[in-house]
Amino acid sequence: MSVYPYIVAGWMMVVGLFGIGRSRNLIHMILCLSVVQSSTYVLLLAVGFRRDATAPVFQGIAPWRRAVDPIVQALTLTDVVVEATVVALMLALAVDAHKRFGTLDPQDLRPQRG
Amino acid sequence: MALAPLAIAVPIIAACLLVMGDSLTPRALANAVAIGTASATVVLCALLLGQVWHGTEVFWMGGWHPREGGVAVGIDLAVDPLGAGSATFAAAVATAALVYSSRYLEAVAPMFQALMLVMLAGMVGLCLTGDLFNLFVFFELLSVPAYALTAYRIEHGGPLQGGLGFALVNSIGSFLVVSGIGLVYGRTGALNLAQIGDALAGHPADGLVVVAFTLIACGFLVKAAIVPFHFWLADAYAAAPVPVCILFSGVMVELAMLGLARVLWTAFSGAEGMLADGVGDVLAVVGLGTALLGAVMTFLQHRLKRMLAFATIAHSGMLLTGIAVLDAHGLGGVAMLGLANGMVTASLFMAVGILSRRLGSISERGLHGRGGRERVAGGVLLLGGLALASVPPLGIFAGKALVEEAATARGWGVAPALFLVVSALTGGAVLRAVARIFLGVGQRAERDPLEQDEEGETGEHEPSGAASVLLLEVPMIALLVAGLAAGAIPEVRHAVEHAAGQLVDRHAYASQVLEGRAPPGTTAPPPSTGPYTSSYLYAIGSLVGALACAAAALFMPRTRPLAVLARGGDLVRRWHTGHLGDYATWAVVGVVALGWALAAAAT
Repeated sequence: MSVYPYIVAGWMMVVGLFGIGRSRNLIHMILCLSVVQSSTYVLLLAVGFRRDATAPVFQGIAPWRRAVDPIVQALTLTDVVVEATVVALMLALAVDAHKRFGTLDPQDLRPQRG
Repeated sequence: MALAPLAIAVPIIAACLLVMGDSLTPRALANAVAIGTASATVVLCALLLGQVWHGTEVFWMGGWHPREGGVAVGIDLAVDPLGAGSATFAAAVATAALVYSSRYLEAVAPMFQALMLVMLAGMVGLCLTGDLFNLFVFFELLSVPAYALTAYRIEHGGPLQGGLGFALVNSIGSFLVVSGIGLVYGRTGALNLAQIGDALAGHPADGLVVVAFTLIACGFLVKAAIVPFHFWLADAYAAAPVPVCILFSGVMVELAMLGLARVLWTAFSGAEGMLADGVGDVLAVVGLGTALLGAVMTFLQHRLKRMLAFATIAHSGMLLTGIAVLDAHGLGGVAMLGLANGMVTASLFMAVGILSRRLGSISERGLHGRGGRERVAGGVLLLGGLALASVPPLGIFAGKALVEEAATARGWGVAPALFLVVSALTGGAVLRAVARIFLGVGQRAERDPLEQDEEGETGEHEPSGAASVLLLEVPMIALLVAGLAAGAIPEVRHAVEHAAGQLVDRHAYASQVLEGRAPPGTTAPPPSTGPYTSSYLYAIGSLVGALACAAAALFMPRTRPLAVLARGGDLVRRWHTGHLGDYATWAVVGVVALGWALAAAAT
């Protein structure tokens, strides 16, 4: 199993987190969050990948054919659903922030100190 | 055993019905459905608790039982006493919060109750599941409604920022959990907690195992608001409506600790080195640091919701210290402390909500001397403040004494002393507020210029009539009394310790789940004999300390120790920039530091 997918996953997580830390725009920040999330897809799929294996659809293929791990694919799908929910909710909040306060800069939305 | 899935399904189905009926449902009906569903969930969980009292029971979804040799293909709900008990507790607090919100938020929409019920379902699922990935799914099911509920009063700036920060930091936490699960699955080929535990057992905890544990643990520590993952919490609590704060502070933090304990013991404890003393030391340092920082910040707050938010952080740190002892006694103390503290803090939030509704302010300064007529809320705040100062034999004292004794037995003599400071500062802050608001003690400060912004509970109608008042006060008093009484009844403490003893027994759990029978010859650890004299002495110390802190803040605000505290607090406050990017950056720093320290300790 090649090590590259893991490097890619690690890289995506790092750049995504870097982007969140530096972001001055809510939309940009939320998209960086989904880059971080995408790194988990790459990681999960890499864990279940097998060379010379087919997709885990068992109808119409010879029974001895090897298939990649279907469980991680199910996990990834679940993960996608979760992320879609979170990103949709956060984007809705960002839209509302822009509508009400005319800004997308998280610095302008600071809470009251105390 | 069909009870277990029902306890999760019932609130979800009711939430769907509420959303479907949205504007057509009369308010009273929506309230009745929500409260009825939450109470039904309490009953289901309590029945479940009775069933599993003497050993874990397992429900395999769709009848996919594990094959010979302990390979689980299906997904299970593995219900142990601590899980079922926590679910009952969560449902009970949720019921109280829903009763309270039926009068508190006059303009409450069925959507609000639906979100609360979905969150409840996530909490119950988190307590009952026996599958690592489902643990994550239920974790998310409880988080996403929480983000939405935080930003419920979206017309203000605070809720938007609070909700976004909450969602951002906690989502990063969730992704860490998923990555950790991916690594564990790659190593063990299993997602079932018991099977992971068997696969990891007997092998040394190498780099991958430690990294995976760190990632999963950090996800839970974010939700438990452990320093440096805690930044989101105060903003979120300050912004969220009071009934939501009740669920956050009363249940969410405690359940995050349950999730951490569950993963640590059932899945990772078999790996050699995972329960090494060094691991406990690392967690204890983080926990004690969190408790101290939370306590100092609590004392420096003048707005009551933020004060209670930081008190929650302080208690979360104490809970982590209890887990860090890494044995059944420590975990028993954590469960007891979580139970008592959850209920007391929830009732304190309810009292603050009543003040906010009646008097239009949640600032200690703004309310100076104006509390006179609100005797019930004042009594709750007074008793709650004394309980936070760990007055024996009230609930929090019992839990704290157990944690202290476990920590002392482990050789951390400094832990009880630090706990004393934490109790004195958190209790002192609440007592100071009571004295200012209800007795008018101390100098009347100039009007807090920030009060307008934070004060968010306005714009709703004053509740009218005796029935309304009862609906606000009855859940508050019930939670307070339950939280205080839990400590005074030795049977409760023994039961909680029995439940904690079962959670840490990995072998019994694994054979119940994978082979369907209890292993022969398991013996429960003997219940602790305390509280000892030392605990009472510490309790007296913290009560005196709390009174002294409160008195010093009221009568001698310019004294040297307070000035030092305030200067230290200013540094900490400057650290809380309110900038979302900084929150994320600190979370990353925390993950790296914790991972490095755990790796050094475990391998």
